[in-house]
Amino acid sequence: MSRTHIRKLRITRRDALLLGGIAAAGAASPAPSHAVPGQMEAAIRKVIGDAKVQKGKVTLDLPPLVENGNSVPMTVTVASPMSAQDRVKAIHVFNEKNPQANVISVEFGPRAGKAEVATRIRLADTQKITAIAVMADGTCWSDTQDVVVTLAACLEDLQP
Amino acid sequence: MSARALINVPKQAKRGDVIEIKTLISHQMETGFRHGTNGRMIPRDIITTFTCRYEGEEIFSTTFFPAIAANPFVTFYAVADTTGTFTFTWEGDNGFSVIEEAKIVVA
Repeated sequence: MSRTHIRKLRITRRDALLLGGIAAAGAASPAPSHAVPGQMEAAIRKVIGDAKVQKGKVTLDLPPLVENGNSVPMTVTVASPMSAQDRVKAIHVFNEKNPQANVISVEFGPRAGKAEVATRIRLADTQKITAIAVMADGTCWSDTQDVVVTLAACLEDLQP
Repeated sequence: MSARALINVPKQAKRGDVIEIKTLISHQMETGFRHGTNGRMIPRDIITTFTCRYEGEEIFSTTFFPAIAANPFVTFYAVADTTGTFTFTWEGDNGFSVIEEAKIVVA
């Protein structure tokens, strides 16, 4: 093998850095298993459009400190008479730091007795949760709670 | 795919009462964000929608996302106005579909 050929095969430090950069970019792009800053705001806009969101009417009930993020009891209550005209059409819940910002979307029919829903959710990190209620007249109301999570959900991989 | 669903609807109610309905269904709700032992991403397998109908009319429906805990549990309310049947439908990834019914007598 000639000397020039060997030179061609040698990977310089600059090449190595470049390759590493490409590999890192490639690994990051198809695996969005982490939160992106601003994803909550983007998800909210996608669901409710550019409606103005006001604070109040909604009560988001979550424990302030959670030991296990895999199952966190959550209750959303909206102050509304639920009459034919003045009622809650939908409740949407969003999170800040899970891989996906949506948590749940609920729609109430005309015979839903109370604008209240309870379920159990997963939280991947200590974060803010926002609940937004869309009323029949189109106004949006919200409540936000901070939750401290000590053991995160979603992101743990299976043990070999 | 079979799944066990538990439904709690009062058997009787007075006309106009607001009744509480609780539902629970067994499902692992795989998020699609976890890696398996081979390092590959485990594909998402969740229930995506839950609907409750009262005598055929939709009274409550939800869209679930991966942030819902395994074995989705939902509590909601309805106005008992006629003797009839509640129909509960869960649908999800990989053709998951479960339909359950519960009857109520309204006096």
